[in-house]
Amino acid sequence: MERIKTLETRDLCQSAQNGGCGECQTSCQSACKTSCGVANQKCENEKA
Amino acid sequence: MVHQYKLNGYNIILDSCSGSIHSVDEVAYDIIAMYKEKSPEDIVRELLVKYAGREDVTEEELYACIADVAALEKAGKLYTPDNFAAMAGNFKERSGDVVKALCLHVAHTCNLNCSYCFASQGKYHGERALMSFEVGKRALDFLIENSGRRTNLEVDFFGGEPLMNWDVVKQLVAYARTQEEPHHKKFRFTLTTNGMLIDDEVIDFANREMSNVVLSLDGRKEIHDALRVDYAGKGSYDRIVPKFQKLVKARGGKNYYMRGTFTHANPDFTKDLFHMADLGFAELSMEPVVCAPGDSAALTSEDIEIVKQQYELLAVDMLRREKEGKPITFYHYMLDLTGGPCIYKRISGCGSGTEYMAVTPWGDLYPCHQFVGEEKYRLGNIWDGVTNTRLREEFRSCNAYARKECDDCWARLYCSGGCAANAYHATGSIKGVYEAGCELFKKRIECAIMMKVAESQEQD
Repeated sequence: MERIKTLETRDLCQSAQNGGCGECQTSCQSACKTSCGVANQKCENEKA
Repeated sequence: MVHQYKLNGYNIILDSCSGSIHSVDEVAYDIIAMYKEKSPEDIVRELLVKYAGREDVTEEELYACIADVAALEKAGKLYTPDNFAAMAGNFKERSGDVVKALCLHVAHTCNLNCSYCFASQGKYHGERALMSFEVGKRALDFLIENSGRRTNLEVDFFGGEPLMNWDVVKQLVAYARTQEEPHHKKFRFTLTTNGMLIDDEVIDFANREMSNVVLSLDGRKEIHDALRVDYAGKGSYDRIVPKFQKLVKARGGKNYYMRGTFTHANPDFTKDLFHMADLGFAELSMEPVVCAPGDSAALTSEDIEIVKQQYELLAVDMLRREKEGKPITFYHYMLDLTGGPCIYKRISGCGSGTEYMAVTPWGDLYPCHQFVGEEKYRLGNIWDGVTNTRLREEFRSCNAYARKECDDCWARLYCSGGCAANAYHATGSIKGVYEAGCELFKKRIECAIMMKVAESQEQD
């Protein structure tokens, strides 16, 4: 695609099937303590 | 939902529900904006007029690009419908009553007297107190007992100032380590400190045992010392910076964050972040102050506009530093596009009040550290567990789909509906919307994605 460059990303729809193990870090715990952002959490699902 | 924006010379397309990100030229940018509203013929006609004189914009080219957009839609990377709403409640229900993270308030007291402290100088509007080892031990047992099949358990030693109860912190870490193998758990500890009591022994222990340390520094000396003062009113900068530098140097690459707060006094907070970088710190986090509207430290609507510009400036400067081989990280710009959170996490958020709770020195449980001291938000205690189950259900129902204001927001799978405490402080309800917070959040995500786009183009 000449005019469109797609970055490699995790497919969120796909992640509905094997996600949800809950092993990843609680988002607020790590640094900010005053806002809720989840996108910077690493997935820790060994089966994903 | 598709969100498209231009930033730092890039045309960026975010397909919210698939998580796909596309970097496009201006022609494709226009096509994607029109694709759902107009026929291919109308799009081509309009764009031939708009780009008249451009050799690369021919009828054939435009139809080819429209076909590419159609292919992306078919591949589930563009205009992906939102099919998650029905799943939103299920995700948290599946976790049951699992608790996996505790914020241990080991010291409701502080050796600094910062006027903007949301914890009211560590006292949380109550009495000064230190957590006993017995209470802390019971809290860890409570966590293990309620963690179900989760392996990774998180404990943040928080305050007030946790180093004022350092012996108990060390005893609790030692106790937790003895419990890991028999219960098949892994504890990850974080220490959040103002640095005043850091010495070689603290450095050695923290760097050995703490997965992460959060070090409070507001940046420039005059900014830091204006608010982060001791009880004699003396600024703390000169006393803590050398200690932080020593700790970070000895940390050997383990995680840490220099964590600052910016207020009405410094909406130009990038100067503070860059100052931290000049001091040799590379992992940075800086947050808007949490305080009542009308407080002299509170950010005004004019400040919010400045802050948004600052976020852009920061992202551009971070790219420059990266190119020069001297990168810094900023907590909110750390997006992991390929190995990041699943949709479960994106919908359910921080888990406050369900899988994440705060424990007071007396063993009371609250949904998170920011609710401590608000009696109506007491969930129960570490001996009897959660007794206010109605409150827990209220928190369980907080998710990316819980607020109608978020229905047309592209960012909700990045913020999960936002921070319940911020919503409560801004609106009186945990299901309210803290609008200024949303604005800043969206700007941060736009900047973070722009950086990823820039980095990917740099690699090509």
